Formats: sequence, structure tokens, C-alpha cells
Amino acid sequence: MGLDYENDGALHAKLIEDVLSQYPDKAAKRRKKHLSVATSKDEAGGEDKGLSECGVKSNIKSIPGVMTIRGCAYAGSKGVVWGPVKDMVHISHGPVGCGQYSWSQRRNYYVGTTGIDTFVTMQFTSDFQEKDIVFGGDKKLEKIIDEIEDLFPLSGGISVQSECPIGLIGDDIEAVSRKKAKEHEKTIVPVRCEGFRGVSQSLGHHIANDAIRDWVFDKGDVAFESGPYDVNVVGDYNIGGDAWASRILLEEIGLRVVGNWSGDATLAEIERAPKAKLNLIHCYRSMNYICRHMEEKYGIAWMEYNFFGPTQIEASLRNIAKHFGPEIEEKTEKVIAKYRPLVDAVIAKYRPRLEGNTVMLYVGGLRPRHVITAYEDLAMVIVGTGYEFAHNDDYQRTGHYVKNGTLLYDDVTGYELEKFIEGIRPDLVGSGIKEKYPVQKMGIPFRQMHSWDYSGPYHGYDGFAIFARDMDLAINNPVWGLYRAPWKKMKDAPLRAVAAE
Amino acid sequence: MPQSAEKILDHAPLFREPEYRQMLAEKKLNFECPHPDQIVTDQRELTKTWEYREKNLAREALVINPAKACQPLGAVFAAAGFEKTMSFVHGSQGCVAYYRSHLSRHFKEPSSAVSSSMTEDAAVFGGLKNMVDGLANTYKLYDPKMIAVSTTCMAEVIGDDLRSFIENAKNEGSVPSDFDVPFAHTPAFVGSHVDGYDGMVKGVLEHFWKGSERSQAAGTINIIPGFDGFCVGNNRELKRLLDLMGVTYTVIQDASDQFDTPSDGEYRMYDGGTKIEDVKGALNAETTLSLQHYNTRKTLEYCNEVGQATASFHYPLGVQATDEFLMKVSAISGQEIPETIRMERGRLVDAMADSQSWLHGKKYAIYGDPDFVYAMARFVMETGGEPTHCLATNGTSAWEAEMKELLASSSFGQDAQIWAGKDLWAMRSLLFTEPVDLLIGNSYGKYLERDTGTPLIRLMFPIFDRHHHHRFPLMGYQGGLRVLTTILDKIFDKLDRETSETGVTDYSYDLTR
Repeated sequence: MGLDYENDGALHAKLIEDVLSQYPDKAAKRRKKHLSVATSKDEAGGEDKGLSECGVKSNIKSIPGVMTIRGCAYAGSKGVVWGPVKDMVHISHGPVGCGQYSWSQRRNYYVGTTGIDTFVTMQFTSDFQEKDIVFGGDKKLEKIIDEIEDLFPLSGGISVQSECPIGLIGDDIEAVSRKKAKEHEKTIVPVRCEGFRGVSQSLGHHIANDAIRDWVFDKGDVAFESGPYDVNVVGDYNIGGDAWASRILLEEIGLRVVGNWSGDATLAEIERAPKAKLNLIHCYRSMNYICRHMEEKYGIAWMEYNFFGPTQIEASLRNIAKHFGPEIEEKTEKVIAKYRPLVDAVIAKYRPRLEGNTVMLYVGGLRPRHVITAYEDLAMVIVGTGYEFAHNDDYQRTGHYVKNGTLLYDDVTGYELEKFIEGIRPDLVGSGIKEKYPVQKMGIPFRQMHSWDYSGPYHGYDGFAIFARDMDLAINNPVWGLYRAPWKKMKDAPLRAVAAE
Repeated sequence: MPQSAEKILDHAPLFREPEYRQMLAEKKLNFECPHPDQIVTDQRELTKTWEYREKNLAREALVINPAKACQPLGAVFAAAGFEKTMSFVHGSQGCVAYYRSHLSRHFKEPSSAVSSSMTEDAAVFGGLKNMVDGLANTYKLYDPKMIAVSTTCMAEVIGDDLRSFIENAKNEGSVPSDFDVPFAHTPAFVGSHVDGYDGMVKGVLEHFWKGSERSQAAGTINIIPGFDGFCVGNNRELKRLLDLMGVTYTVIQDASDQFDTPSDGEYRMYDGGTKIEDVKGALNAETTLSLQHYNTRKTLEYCNEVGQATASFHYPLGVQATDEFLMKVSAISGQEIPETIRMERGRLVDAMADSQSWLHGKKYAIYGDPDFVYAMARFVMETGGEPTHCLATNGTSAWEAEMKELLASSSFGQDAQIWAGKDLWAMRSLLFTEPVDLLIGNSYGKYLERDTGTPLIRLMFPIFDRHHHHRFPLMGYQGGLRVLTTILDKIFDKLDRETSETGVTDYSYDLTR
């Protein structure tokens, strides 16, 4: 689809070779499997799967001491899946830090009265002390739940987000949750997302999904009259309002979004999910598990979609509409036609300013592929991409998005990313807060692609306009031209990174 | 359709457009199962009452919006203050991602640290292998001059012993046997980030000082700044003052350059920091001064043990605290405080005198790290303000006692209340029931500002939602000017806002104030 180009595979292969040569042998051997250059299906003998050789190894333990960018299972559960559920109190259960560092950092937008009926941007912690480690924290957890009930009676439920010590000291948070749920007649969800479980955020997503299955579904009667066009949006965390910019389109084509998971969601939206007709999944990586479960248990079909950039939005809308038949399909065409002038105007304005600019991405589990076409809609070129916590099925899907010669890096290390960026010198890098400042120091424009760099939404047509504007303002800001002191000769001040040499 | 290419609306105006407002109202009504508005309003009003405050302050187990972080953050910050030092945090890897993000969001700067990436198998068998491999990889890839090891709570719970692990790693050739690997155990379930700072600085000093012969160099001083989000501005100001005095000193743990590298096309993973040679030499100093007592309790104890004199301060800012600090330095070093510094002092006092009418009698709530709260309360009292609520989530009973003494020393402190160990949800109740004019704290205070209408002044780590404040000093007389101006701006801006309605308050909107 879209833009036709090829990347410099030879250069990228050389860069891989160069970085590997700097590791101790044992680490080089392990890292080698995570780095690759995408090759075309002809060369690789694949069929209709796009580029087949996105064949890097993934979802494997990070190597100690190399500066992985990954987080942990707690980040995947509390930070991603559960944290945005707005009318629940999420207890960061354990020492103070995890809750403190993740407090209000994922920009899960919501509307509600914070501290009264809504709690997303608050940090509830059991603030474990040494005695809790020694004697266990179950009694404390009981008391915490009672205190929450007393001080926040309008909360819709509670989740217990386990930090590392919980699983190590043998606490029985499930028993506490069961007991207190009965006593207070409230949903209380224990989540075993201790940070040492798994290899990244990813297992935390899975555990969080399982907790929905085990502790929310089928726990009581859900009074709800379902309709023929009921859908759940799954895996949209409403970063900067993404889910809202998506919902408006789904409603316009005639669907009824009965639940959004989990950005701006209430517990009720999760409880009722099994009554929907279709699950629309945006972040496949973090929520495919519960979709598969709902398919098996309740017979609800699920469908992946992509609301980044007009090419994908149109394709996704049509695909979704097909599921519901001619009436919705007709409305969908009208919606696409309605937004076409906006899309054309945005592209007309920004494409000339961005055309041919090269981009390197390194994000979580979905965006490293999902945003590619949005860039290409603006005639920008993706030269490299990689995931923090993708699995094999994500890399398979990536093959449909990337072009021949694209550099691929799984669980990239700080060293590798810096060297790749230095070797390629792209016009833009999209990654996270930890990567932002090193890249900018090198004189390369950067956008945070987890938090939308405090902007957004980027989903939907309304979001695409903001996305295009943001990429333009990042690349075409005059500051990049001021880096060199004019009295310094070029040869004295080469633009390069020096740290790890 | 609200969006257009000509005028692209950001999230704030976009979602205020009628299409979105209607959509969100319908979502709430049809799908969220909300509580009736009246019940929400009633509960909101209830949280403003003394009745709620009593319950809120009586909490025994639940902590809500604390103003503290965990030990390893302090250790990572501490390590960043030494020459070419890489932080290596032994335990789960997600923690390190958090520390790096947290520091980067405040300083708007790179923050490097590595993890030993322990997972479930390491939880069972211990993390020795992770340490052995990890140190080798870090040493090879990032070419540090020193690797400073601290721990996450996972490693602490399973009881990994850093001393023996590092020794083992050296024996296995991960790093050369003479390579510097100081360490500190930093359990997240004890104390807070200020203790992690203490532990790591002590770890570094022990590593270099143990077994060395001390030969005292009379009049020389070590200065340890403590965990300080304003280290960039503060340390440079401090060094400027000491240079003016002609003192022979070593700043131990100086992250001012590390967290303020220039943009010139070159990414410096390491910059500045106390040189290792200087750390070694610092053993011979006559005295070690700590600028933040509660950040250095163990470190100073150790300095005493090796034979140094010690003294500590509480984040010296404002007039009298700076006076005391400089006089102490002068007494130890034998160097006079030069006339230029006396002029600076006079200019700060001059500014305070010029503005005193706007500050006299203003009531403040102050929260943050113990030394900072002490410093701010003291400065506020110097300006004729009243520190009504002084709160430190990581404040100890010793801190409480010191605060009591400070507040008792001035008539402006008579009505002050000290809240050791309390959190910002407690502060919310305090602000509703016993309101103040101004709130001094960090970015987390913005929720208190929104809920209670108390104007927030951001003067402490972390500051995520305002840029570059940390590049300017708070300490010393120059820093005092900065703090003074920041407080005054807040007061004047509020006054202008409150009197800016034409046809209603054309009066009071004064050109000259």
C-alpha cells in the first residue's frame, strides 16, 4: 500500500555487524538474534505475507547490564491495562516507588471527579515497610481496603497491583480480595503482576487480561439491553484522547461502542463486554488474550484495526463495516467522504514539508508497525523500527508494513539504538522519554511515541491532523540549525555521539 | 467537524467542541453507569469538611499521593554525580526504566542506568549470574570509569549480597580486579530516596577511603549537596561562592553537569561529576559539610569515623541559613567572606525589604523532602510569612523536633503545624479545613491547586510540567532572590487575575504594585 521505496539494507547489515562486534561474545551471540534487516518475499521465498523476514527473535529475557529500554509486568498491568479504569482504585501493592514513578505518566485521558468517583491520576500505595516484608502484608491490605471504602465510597471497585515483594514473601492477596469483596460487596481484583515475572511489560498485560477473566466476568447479572451494532473497543488507552477520536468515527458509521478498554472506562464497561457483538482490537499485543477468551467463551468475534493515518483508517472502517452489512457500509462510505477534504487539506499542507524525511521508530508492542502508514501518508520513509516487548506474531504482522531493507531491532539496547541512529542519521526518531534527550543532543528531531509528547490524540481523522502538525513542528523547528557555534570549524565539531566509544 | 488543516486543534480545545461534548455526555449516561450527580457533589463537599479530615488523617495503612520516592532513585541520582559513572541496579529491570524516566522528565536530560534484569529464575536461584554477566556487558559497552551498584527491592527480599557478588564477578573477570565498583544496598521498603542517596554516597566514600591512610589537610572542606532536583543551578552557585571565598573544597557528588549537557550535536553519556582522584583526596579534608542533613546521616557518621569533623545544614537558602553556611565555611577554611558576597547579601535583603508588604502575613503550606521544608519554612518566616502546614512524607520524628524548634524561634511560626509522615491526600484535607495563601511543593501539587484553589509554587523535585526551573539556583543569596521573585510573581499574577474583569474590577487592577 501507499508509498513505494526501498531502504539501504547493506548499510543496515553493516550497522548490525558493527554493534555486535562491541559486545562480549556471549552477549553478542544472544543479541544477534534480535537484530535483522527486512528482506523481500521474493528473496525469502514467502507468499502473500508481505515481507516475511522480519524474523527476529522476540519476547526473550533481556541481557543484564546492556541498558534495555523495557519495563516490567507491573508496568504492563497497572500502567497499561488496569490503571486507566477510572472508577476503580488501583493499589500499588508493595514499596512506594513503582506507584510513584508511574503516577499520572501515561496520559490516559478521562472525564470524572478525581478523588470522588474517579481515581486515575492518584497514587494509592501500601508503602511497604520492612515489617511488612518480614511479617507479610495481608493484614495491611485488609486495612487498606477498609480505608478505601471509608474514604472513597463511590469507587466502583479495587484492584491490587502486585509489586515484586508480594510474590516473594508469599502473601495471599487472592484470599484477602475474596474476603473483602464479600464484606464490602464490591469487585476486588488481585493481580499477580510482580515486576520480576516474565521478560517485559508483556506478561503483565497477559496477567491483567487473565484477571479480568477470573475476577470480573460472570460475577453477577449485568443489566444491559444489547443491540445489533454493539462493539467493544479493546486496547485503546485514550492517550491524549485517542479513544475519543476513534469513538466519534465508530458512532458516525452507526455502531454503538458499549465499552472502551480501558481508556476512560468504568468497571461497568468491562463487566458488560461479553454482551457485545464484536470486539475491535487496537493494541493487539496488550489485549488479544481477553479477545480470544471472549471468542471462545461467548462467541464474540474480534477484529484488529488501525486508526493511524487516513490509509489505515479508511481500510479499517471498511473492514469493520463489512462485518455489519450494507447499511453500515453505506454510512461508512459517507463518513469517509465527509473526512476526505480534511485529509486532503492536511496532506496538502504538510506533505511538501515532510516528503522524503526518514524516520526511525522504537516503541512498545503495536505502534512500531501501526504508525508506519501514517508517516507514509505524509510521504515520509520508515528506515528502521523495533519493539520493546513484541512477540513473534507481532513481527509477522510487521512484515505487512515495512519495506525491503528496513532495519529491525527487538528489545534494542541503549548502545545499539544510539549507534543505529548515528549510522543512519534519520530526520526523525519516534521513541520514549528515555530516548528523547540523547537523540536530541545529537541534533536529531524527536517525538515521544508513547505519550505523544504531551500532544495527541493521534488516532482517527482529528488525530491525524495533529500527528501531521507535530511531525512538522518537530522536524522543521529552527533550533536544529543552531547547534554548531559559527566560530567552530566543521571538522572540529562533527555531529556524532561519543559516549560509548 | 471540529478539526481543520488551517487551525489544528489540540486535545484541550478539540474535546471542548460540541461534537465531543455531546459524545462524552452520552457515553457517560448510556454506558458508564455513573453515580447520580447529586451524590458525587455531596461526596465532594464532604471531603472538604473537618469530619472527612479526621478520618483522612487517622488512616493507618493506606498511603495516597505520597511526596517521596524509593531508595534506589536516590542511589541512581547519587551515582550520576561522579565522574564517568554508570549506575547498575541489581534486581528487576522495570525499576530502572522508572528511575531513568523519572529523572529525565524532571531534568529534560538523558539519564543512564543499567539493570541486572533479574527474572523469576533469578528469584529462585539468586542473581549472581546476572551480576557476573551484567557487569561484563556494562563495562564493555558503556566504557565507564566506575560502576555504582544499588539494589531493587526484589534483590533485597531474596537477600542477594552485593559485596560477595561483586567479588565473584571480579573473580570471573567481568571487570578488572582493580576496577571501581562501589555499592549500596538500597531496599525500597526502608526510608526513601534521600536514604538511597545517603547509602550510595557512603558506599562510594567507603570504597575509596577504606584502608587508606588519612593525612589531614587543614582548612579543606568536602561538601555533599544531597538529593537535589535543583543541583544544576545550586551546585554551580555554591561553587561560585566558594571560589569567591578562595576556599579549598571538594563537592562530593556533583550532578550539575551530568544533568545539564549542552546541545551541540554530541551526546555525552557522561559529563562532569566529582573526579575519582578528588574523591580519594577528599579523605584528607578537615571537615565534611552536608547541605542536607537528612540525606547524609550515615555518610556523615562514616566521615566522623575516619576522623573528619562534620556539620550539616538544611538546604541553605534565604538570608540567615546562607549566613550560617558561609560563616561555617569561613571558620573552617580561615578565609574571609569577601565584600562581593556581602553586597549580594545586601541585595537580597534589599529586595525583601522592597517587597515586604506583599509577603507579610501570607500563609503557606510547604511540603517536600525534610531539609527543603525546613529551609522554605525558615525563609518564609524571614519574609514575614507564616508556614501554616509543613509536611514531609519522609520526615522523621527527629525532623519533627527540629521543625518545632525552628518554628518556635519566630513569632511567625507560632501557628504552624508539622506533619511528619503524612501524604498529599492529607494535605488536601488540611488545605480545605485550614486554608493558606500559597502552596510550595512540586508538580504533584497541581492536583491540590486544582481541588483547593491554592496557588502552587514549584520549587522542589520533581517538576515535570514546567521547564528549566532547576537550571537556576535556590540556594545562597542569589537563590534567595530567585525564590523571592517566584513567590512574588505568583502573588501578583493571582491579584491581577482576580481584578481583571472590566466593568467589575476596574479598580484594584493597579499598574504599579
